Amino acid sequence: MLILKQSLFEQIQAHGARDYPNECCGALLGNDGGTDRTVLGLVPLANQREDSPRDRFQITSEDVRLAEKEASAKGWELIGWYHSHPDSPARPSEFDREHAWPWYSYIIFRVEKAEPQEMRSWRLNDDRASYDEEGIEYIAGAPA
Amino acid sequence: MAVKVMIPTPLRQFAGKQESVNLEAGTVGDALNALTSQFSDLKKHLYSDDGRLRSFVNVYVNDEDIRYLQKEKTAVQQGDTISIVPSIAGGSQ
Repeated sequence: MLILKQSLFEQIQAHGARDYPNECCGALLGNDGGTDRTVLGLVPLANQREDSPRDRFQITSEDVRLAEKEASAKGWELIGWYHSHPDSPARPSEFDREHAWPWYSYIIFRVEKAEPQEMRSWRLNDDRASYDEEGIEYIAGAPA
Repeated sequence: MAVKVMIPTPLRQFAGKQESVNLEAGTVGDALNALTSQFSDLKKHLYSDDGRLRSFVNVYVNDEDIRYLQKEKTAVQQGDTISIVPSIAGGSQ
């Protein structure tokens, strides 16, 4: 289960709406409790995929390191990533799967005509062949 | 040469939950081969089926990206740190 504060959920949605029709992306910071993870903060990032941002996103290794430093500074971990699928379902594509890392939580949410829609979270299986979907539990509260 | 290989968080479960692994190697390629020989489950996450490093796997020697050096043929010195750093990519199509 991925535990996500309502305020962070709204920030992720707003990022997707703002960047539409391009894909938005960002880092999820928080704590990994094994089965359950809690998202405590976000690092919204710029989509570095300049050639096809409408259906691709890219986060550079430099931005990954930046997100790790932000997590470490707050005593948290870098636990995953979010990105939007403009006018496409909130599930991993084959391209998502080919480029995914295990362990991370991947939030994917659909944005339809600049309106955020369903949001789902996924973890790549160790065999790289498929994902397990993890439920998202929304809780009240402001960002930490 | 004794080098330290830093393991990124998503791969530590396949490397005995270690943050780093100490190895003997002469090049970056030697170090990665030694790493995947010791921890075979790492291989499919680092390399594609054609035996190449996956495009989203970035490797640094100290703070230099091996793409700007001699790639996997980059020589390593005693005490060097090799870091495996993810980049993240995906998309709806």
